[in-house]
Amino acid sequence: MSVGPVLSLRDVSVSVPGRGARGARALAVDRVSVDIAAGEVLGIVGESGAGKSLLASAVTGLLPPRAGLSGGEVWIAGARVDHLPEARLRRLRGRVVGTVFQDPLGALNPLMTIGAQLAETIAVHLPLSRSAARQRAAEALAEVGIPAPADRLGCYPHELSGGMRQRVGIALALCAAPALLIADEPTTALDVSVQAQILALLKRLCRDRGMAVMLITHDMGVIAETADRIAVLYAGRLVETGPVRDVLDTPCHPYTDGLVAAVPRIDGRPGRLAQIPGAMPPPGARPAGCAFHPRCALARDRCRKDPAPEVAAAGGRAACWFPCRSLPARTDP
Amino acid sequence: MRAHLIRRVLQSGLVLLVVGFVAFSMFRFVGDPVDNMLGPERTQADIARLRTDLGLDRPIPVQYARYLAQAVQGNLGVSYRLGRPVADILAERAPATLELAAVSGLLALVGGVALGVLTAIRRGGIATGVLMTLSLVGVSLPTFLIGIGLIYVFAICLGWLPSFGRGDTVQIGGWTTGLLTASGRRALILPALTLGLYQMTLIMRLVRSQMLEVLSHDHIRFARARGLPEWRVLFRHALQNALVPVITVAGLQLGSIIAFAIVTETVFQWPGLGLMFINAIRFVDIPVMAAYLMLISAMFVAINLLVDLLYLFIDPRLRPAQQRSGG
Ligand SMILES: Nc1ncnc2c1ncn2[C@@H]1O[C@H](COP(=O)(O)OP(=O)(O)OP(=O)(O)O)[C@@H](O)[C@H]1O
Ligand SMILES: [Mg+2]
Repeated sequence: MSVGPVLSLRDVSVSVPGRGARGARALAVDRVSVDIAAGEVLGIVGESGAGKSLLASAVTGLLPPRAGLSGGEVWIAGARVDHLPEARLRRLRGRVVGTVFQDPLGALNPLMTIGAQLAETIAVHLPLSRSAARQRAAEALAEVGIPAPADRLGCYPHELSGGMRQRVGIALALCAAPALLIADEPTTALDVSVQAQILALLKRLCRDRGMAVMLITHDMGVIAETADRIAVLYAGRLVETGPVRDVLDTPCHPYTDGLVAAVPRIDGRPGRLAQIPGAMPPPGARPAGCAFHPRCALARDRCRKDPAPEVAAAGGRAACWFPCRSLPARTDP
Repeated sequence: MRAHLIRRVLQSGLVLLVVGFVAFSMFRFVGDPVDNMLGPERTQADIARLRTDLGLDRPIPVQYARYLAQAVQGNLGVSYRLGRPVADILAERAPATLELAAVSGLLALVGGVALGVLTAIRRGGIATGVLMTLSLVGVSLPTFLIGIGLIYVFAICLGWLPSFGRGDTVQIGGWTTGLLTASGRRALILPALTLGLYQMTLIMRLVRSQMLEVLSHDHIRFARARGLPEWRVLFRHALQNALVPVITVAGLQLGSIIAFAIVTETVFQWPGLGLMFINAIRFVDIPVMAAYLMLISAMFVAINLLVDLLYLFIDPRLRPAQQRSGG
């Protein structure tokens, strides 16, 4: 085993078709760098359209049809994978990188039993006989906390509750014991009580298996509860990253500050994402300078002209001209 | 779901009753059956006796009920023109039409699904553009024109295939088949193409649009993210889901293939039910016309019911819920 991070993204950019008819392509993800170590949960947070899903799909090259990786490097377990041909990338999917989607009903084939879907996935990755694969399928369900797993193999997805379906989704992603799990809003479609169970399950799997987990969410509360480190995306840019405690206690970027402030804390219950005034600009329509400046209460001339520099911040990094916690000296240079 | 099926069976029964009534009315209102059966040398007493014999003096509902009872037992009357039982004539003609319809249907289904999948996977390709354009032609050209065009090219210009008839046939039990002789098979090609082309293009366009739709679903993305090979994603997961709505349409199309065989059989002088029906119309052979009408409707209704059952078999979401729970 290498000692380095399981996943390392270096200046990854993803381009999408621009807005106009034959507009130039625009960067929906713009030079993002993050690492995830084994046994660590990295929470990626940001508003809708920030580029979270595109960043996640770029890892295994499963970008939507008209989006493309336009720069940067993807390293998995010490090997560079972004330039691999499709056939080689396919061998990473499911085996080295597992994926869990938001809508567990939509993510399962409605016409196949979950046992058949598990068995076909196992058959692709592991050299097992049919009966051994079935056995393994039942074990996979047991590992994600599904009671009476052998009985569930014959169920169709619509016969299960939302929480059970998401557990099946996780079992499918974990069939081949991947080193990295990407979970794109795995609990958004679920009831609050079920959400907590699923998050606890992910966290337990991460710890027990020493798996790296990329957890994507809108919800600061989910991050606070589950993640070890956090990466905040705004308009395709990584605006702040660091250990979760540090960032939540002393956010440096005004955007992170807004997100954290919007989490109601009265009863300790996590809240929904921020009501920061204004809207995030879509790719291709991003203003010059720091993309956040039109919504930033602290914006100065400098923010409107020049891209924000990367600065050291509470245990991590932030991209801001005037990081919040060093605000006393708020003077334009 | 069971309630649904019971409803469907009742509906089908109702449809058949109505069709039966139309067929029955043809006897009463298209020409006078007594006129049709007695020669010009008849007396008033002959007419009265025949009316009583035929039950024509009874109330209409009673007559209708008797007619249905007879029809169900396979007694469909005697052809005015040929003087033979209609049931015998149908039994003689049905194999030709059923063989033609089966081969056309198979062609439409296999060809339509294959081309639909191909044009969906190779979205922007040249072959796709050509096929989609051709399919528009196939959908819009009338059947008889396609038939005449095929005859012109393959029978007259190239001389490869016969332009009419069924070729040599073999008798197996009560069934005459052309599939077992070379000339029978050759004779089948052009009519089957003519009859199946429209349905094939229809199914192809439907499969293509369904495939494109299903391919954008989350479970396809998830199947890829699980590392399944691309062929399995396409031909197991995507195609399976795309075919669900195709089944209804294909089922209905099989029904209309049997019905539309009239045109093709006329163009190719194919000795099946359709040609029989056309001849019956020409000679106002009411018993044959009425029997054809009922037979075709019964097939239509039966196919529809089968399609409903097939749905249950394919889509587990429609099956009655089992005791499953979850938390
Ligand atoms: N295939 C595509 N073609 C064009 N634009 C795209 C495509 N996919 C995504 N985009 C754009 O890229 C931006 C980022 O999309 P992405 O799906 O990564 O957002 P997200 O952060 O996951 O949002 P959400 O929280 O709503 O899932 C969005 O503005 C979106 O409109
Ligand atoms: Mg998303």
